[in-house]
Amino acid sequence: MSAFVTLDGVSHTYGGSDGMLAVEGLDIAVAKGEFAAVVGPSGCGKSTLMKLATGLQFPFKGTVTVAGQQVTQPVKIAGMAFQAPTLLPWRTTVENLLLPLEIVPPHRQRIRRNKAEYVARAEKLLASVGLGGFGGKFPWELSGGMQQRTSLCRALIHEPQLLMLDEPFGALDAFTREELWCVIRDLHAATGITVILVTHDLREAVFLADRVFVMSSRPGRIVVERRIELPRPRDLDVTYTTGFQDIVHELRGHIVKARQ
Amino acid sequence: MNRRALIIRLSPWLFTIGLVVIWEAACWLFEIPVFFLPPPTAIAQAFVEFWRPIWRNSLFTLTTTMIGFGLAVGFGLLLGLVIGWSRTIYSGIYPLMIGFNAIPKVAVVPILVLWFGIGFVPAVLTAFLISFFPIVVNVATGLATIEPELEDVLKALGASKLDIMRKVGIPRTLPYFFGSLKISITLAFVGSVISESIASNYGIGNLMLQAQAQFQVPLIFAGLVALAVEGIVMYWAMAVLEARMTRWAQRSGFAQN
Repeated sequence: MSAFVTLDGVSHTYGGSDGMLAVEGLDIAVAKGEFAAVVGPSGCGKSTLMKLATGLQFPFKGTVTVAGQQVTQPVKIAGMAFQAPTLLPWRTTVENLLLPLEIVPPHRQRIRRNKAEYVARAEKLLASVGLGGFGGKFPWELSGGMQQRTSLCRALIHEPQLLMLDEPFGALDAFTREELWCVIRDLHAATGITVILVTHDLREAVFLADRVFVMSSRPGRIVVERRIELPRPRDLDVTYTTGFQDIVHELRGHIVKARQ
Repeated sequence: MNRRALIIRLSPWLFTIGLVVIWEAACWLFEIPVFFLPPPTAIAQAFVEFWRPIWRNSLFTLTTTMIGFGLAVGFGLLLGLVIGWSRTIYSGIYPLMIGFNAIPKVAVVPILVLWFGIGFVPAVLTAFLISFFPIVVNVATGLATIEPELEDVLKALGASKLDIMRKVGIPRTLPYFFGSLKISITLAFVGSVISESIASNYGIGNLMLQAQAQFQVPLIFAGLVALAVEGIVMYWAMAVLEARMTRWAQRSGFAQN
């Protein structure tokens, strides 16, 4: 497998070259179709990693490569979702989903004339995450979990090759969170999309990912890389097995060390 | 329950009537001289007696106010968008705006008179100068408070700044904008009346000044009432406009805090 997303010796600061280092000497390589999770103590530069990999920021040292090209502008083939669903309250669920299509070519030029086709596509995607029939609702009429599903759909509607998730389930209750783990798991299995998930929930990382990267505290570096060999498809029950618990425990040890 | 709802609906009228009755009673009871505080009946009498000048001058004040307000809406919207667009322009203009807003507008009227003479133009300009500031601040605030995550989502897709403004910035600014119109319209009346009282031969401000000179105290109060009515009607119009234009914001509880 060739690497799809590569960060090679990347260092980045905020506020110019003499600012505080957010990440230093960061090396990550994620293969195409792989599900990678990045965990670490808070403030370790996980969100910086997101911005670097999507071309929202550029490192002052090292290189970032996505899909074989060095990143010098926003990558455009990525979808992003965050802890806050950030839906537009004046748009219905379907209209919220169409927003990325109004931005990216070639849809941007087509969407006005082929509206019905795109609406159908959005409805289909909504149905695939269990939101069939909710397309006409406004965001405030949806529960927190449903809003987050919509936000995921918005990240996926333009069929990106890379999905970047920044603690997307952080604000949800435990049951809804596990439900959405399964939604993501199934989306990943069905589409073969490359996923980078930034989280501080170790169980989430181990359940979903093929590989877990542990970051140190600021300035962030990768201190441990752990392959998760649990067979797929994984059922939620796997999270209660000793094998699973052992991995979580092991990673927790690394995090505790990383915080010091 | 139904009776309660009815009482709540009627309460604005009941309270207004109550105030007028208490005012009237107090004037008779304490034998307050009419030239000190006229009772509502005397004010009503002044309305009947002077309805023609009151009407003409009210229309004049309304016209200057609305033209000034209209200029403020156009200019405020434009400046707010520009300030919200660029951080450089924002940091450059903001101190100037604060300084300008700190100047009591009554102090500007003599300059306006120097430039444009008395009457119509200074009244319009004073109304404009006093009422554009809240619009600018609110529009700029709406643009400046776009969620950074949402901006990232769109930028990562290659959205231009114009795209983000069109798809997100401007729609989310509308509730702030329409909210600011309510503040702005009331201020616009303050501006036009100030200017009319200092430097005009027309308008309610001028009417009240003349009534004061002739010691026609009920007429002064009639002028006040006319202004209050105009202010309430325009405020109400702006509130209706706000409710109609930004229904989503009220239902979603957007920008309530």
